[in-house]
Amino acid sequence: MNSNNKEITVVAFCCLYCAYAAADLAGSMRLQYPANVRIVRTPCTGRLEVEFFLKAFENGADGVLVAGCEEGSCHFKEGNLVAKRRVNYARKYLQESGLEPERLRMVNVSSAMARQLTDHIKDMVETVRKLGPSPLNKAKRQQQQEIKS
Amino acid sequence: MIVAERKTIPEIVDIIKGHKNILVLGCGTCVTVCLAGGEREVSIMASALRIASRAQNLGFKVSELTIERQCDNIFIEQAAEAIEKADAVLSLGCGAGVQAIAERFAKKPVYAGLNTKFLGILEERGTWTEKCAQCGDCVLADYGGICPVTRCAKHLLNGPCGGSREDRCEVNPNRACAWQLIYKRLKDIGQLDRLEKISMPKQWGTSLSGGPRVIIREDHRI
Repeated sequence: MNSNNKEITVVAFCCLYCAYAAADLAGSMRLQYPANVRIVRTPCTGRLEVEFFLKAFENGADGVLVAGCEEGSCHFKEGNLVAKRRVNYARKYLQESGLEPERLRMVNVSSAMARQLTDHIKDMVETVRKLGPSPLNKAKRQQQQEIKS
Repeated sequence: MIVAERKTIPEIVDIIKGHKNILVLGCGTCVTVCLAGGEREVSIMASALRIASRAQNLGFKVSELTIERQCDNIFIEQAAEAIEKADAVLSLGCGAGVQAIAERFAKKPVYAGLNTKFLGILEERGTWTEKCAQCGDCVLADYGGICPVTRCAKHLLNGPCGGSREDRCEVNPNRACAWQLIYKRLKDIGQLDRLEKISMPKQWGTSLSGGPRVIIREDHRI
């Protein structure tokens, strides 16, 4: 793993019925994914509100990944479709506020798609690494680096 | 209900620039129902403004509060302490709410975070449509409960313009022709004879053209 990756944090909201199980499977399969990711188990991505994403950025996330079931396969029928619309709405807010909307992304996986999930996580971490740390965290990170050096 | 829509973050940032402590004040009535200024929207707006402040180094702090009704002094009092602490208030109430807050706190800058749009209803999930133009002289009884003043693009009171296609308005094909709806409705309720009456030119003196309107109920005055 690129050492630069350690400088960023990606919060991944994972649906209990698919992505969270896929992350579990990834562990069983010994699949590696970057340690920058903090997985938050959610009962369904439809439970996620717009403010959850914004609060994640406010509280230090450099990127937010929402991982829900494949479209048409939601355990609660259309929770993932609700989440998709909310993610798009939150991206508008991020853009207006001065953050890159690419820092928030939704992906769809099934509980058997461990490899795809790890690929999505790697891709998200790479995207966020290219964008750099969130401007909300830059001052804090600089302080931490100064203390270390 | 009153239907409103949020202003964009850059617009709001431009409005509140120069203030250090901003209170985002929501309203629990109409704007909550139209998803523009209730508790949830206040939380989202406050979060987005905090992100904007930190991302763009604007240096303002944001607090949030939602009261039951911004257009009523009894409820405004519940926000008095929070408003006093803030440098400025960003109201997510309708235009009436913003002005009620500003009148109560004479020395506090109060800004509108929403664009108040119209008086309407929730047509379907996520869609609100205008139903009443508040003309002050309701004519709904003559038109089967469908308002030609609001819903006909040309505000015609004596029949359709002749430009509609199928049942669509020629001004906007996405909109139903109000006169088609009026005819169907009057037919359904057996009152087509109402259309034989010629409506005289409407008295617009009861509308906003004469300045803000006041209603006084002597039996309720103290």
